[in-house]
Amino acid sequence: MATYDTSAIRKGLKIMIDGAPFSVVEFQFVKPGKGAAFTRTKMKNLLTGSVIERNLRTGEKLESADVETKYMQYLYDEGEMCVFMDTTDYEQVQITNDLIGDDKGFMPENGVVEVLFFMGRAVGVTLPNFIEQPVIETESGARGDTATNVTKAAKIASGATVKVPLFVNLGDTIRVDTRTGEYLDRVGRA
Amino acid sequence: MAADAKMLRVRARIVNAIRDYFDSQDFVEVETPVRVANPGQELHLDAFAAGQGDDGSPRYLITSPEHHMKRLLGAGHARVFQLTRCFRKEEKGPHHQPEFTMLEWYRAGQTLDAVAADAQALLSVAAAAAGRAPPRASLYTTIRQLFAQHVGVDLVGDESESRLRACLEAAGHATVPGDGWDDLFFRVFLDHIEPAMDPEQPTFVFDWPLPLAALARRKPGNPAVAERFELYASGLELCNAFGELLDAEEQRRRFTEELQERGRRQKVVYPIDNALIEALPRIASPAAGAALGVDRLVMWATGARDIREVVAFPEG
Repeated sequence: MATYDTSAIRKGLKIMIDGAPFSVVEFQFVKPGKGAAFTRTKMKNLLTGSVIERNLRTGEKLESADVETKYMQYLYDEGEMCVFMDTTDYEQVQITNDLIGDDKGFMPENGVVEVLFFMGRAVGVTLPNFIEQPVIETESGARGDTATNVTKAAKIASGATVKVPLFVNLGDTIRVDTRTGEYLDRVGRA
Repeated sequence: MAADAKMLRVRARIVNAIRDYFDSQDFVEVETPVRVANPGQELHLDAFAAGQGDDGSPRYLITSPEHHMKRLLGAGHARVFQLTRCFRKEEKGPHHQPEFTMLEWYRAGQTLDAVAADAQALLSVAAAAAGRAPPRASLYTTIRQLFAQHVGVDLVGDESESRLRACLEAAGHATVPGDGWDDLFFRVFLDHIEPAMDPEQPTFVFDWPLPLAALARRKPGNPAVAERFELYASGLELCNAFGELLDAEEQRRRFTEELQERGRRQKVVYPIDNALIEALPRIASPAAGAALGVDRLVMWATGARDIREVVAFPEG
């Protein structure tokens, strides 16, 4: 396991803290009193996404995190898990649904996602920020009380349900921001 | 990022106001060497090498003018001040530049309280020069009070490293193996005490544990702590002041300990300043002095967040 010195800290550095892999988001040099120098470091837990702040003492040794990402193609889902394939060597990995979470509904079949490997095991995915998907289920628009309903629910092919404007029809292709789950615009009509 | 014309003008006004203040207090402005053989033993300060003296021994740029200013006190000067560049080999940060401007002043025959009054006055003087509102009334507190309030530990000041570690852990603070006394202290200070200080209220923190104040005397009446204060304002550490240690033997002992610790931590070891030690007994006792970061004072007075905003040619 490689160790880093605090002088190696930079954005994106992957280190282990309390047994979990983190990526450095921000850092700042601080030196209280006539005391030791510290690097106030903000980092993101690569498994849970939560962000923490730690003061790392200059000279403290940091353990590198055995973390890798690879672009892979989402093939299909097999009950409790999803299967991904490396298009260069056809290697396949499986990730359980609980590790993918809500992202599953925004993962188009055969779409490319970034798979996160920790200690050699696939543990999560990062979706592209935007996807374009056909609407496979929705009510026809302009029904009901238009004074209060400005959006309606629409299910997209990858599985998620998104709030869309009333003019969006079954079969239309819409662009969705995967980070917020929100409708952006319509890019194709049925 | 660098100081613009307006900032340089305000900075100049502040520096002039500082000079006026000390002049009104009957101080003499002095200039002491910037390139020296003994840059000080401080554990966490590293000096830039600056060639060699005539005898072939190494020279360094000062990290503080303290040693020579105390030698002036030993030569009979009672009130001296200096505005000088100091150099510290360290990384840069929002409050740190490797080269910065220090104000140091000393009152022989007077106590730390007189120096605290100077520091308080300098805040007012700087605020006026910068055209900002006068500072709010300061909070006066101690390390022990802050630790009790924000860390949950009753820190007497003379705890051993293992005792300090045990107390911190008992209070629920995880400690890192390999941390020395000062690391343990400052980690907790950074995490719990600094963030709790009200940026709008200048805060004087007195009575620092002995391991953190090598050049300060023990506080009369409370030998577990050093007679030292730090002044904080707007999240900036502005001023560090001591009731000066004038006992030559104790000073030599502390310097020797620091020198050994520097060696243990594989840092460059600087020679002990014998000329300083010899001057100590000649200084009118008690004596007190302070070091104030002028760049940071300008930051405080103008609301600047980064030290580069107040310096004409910052590094980095």
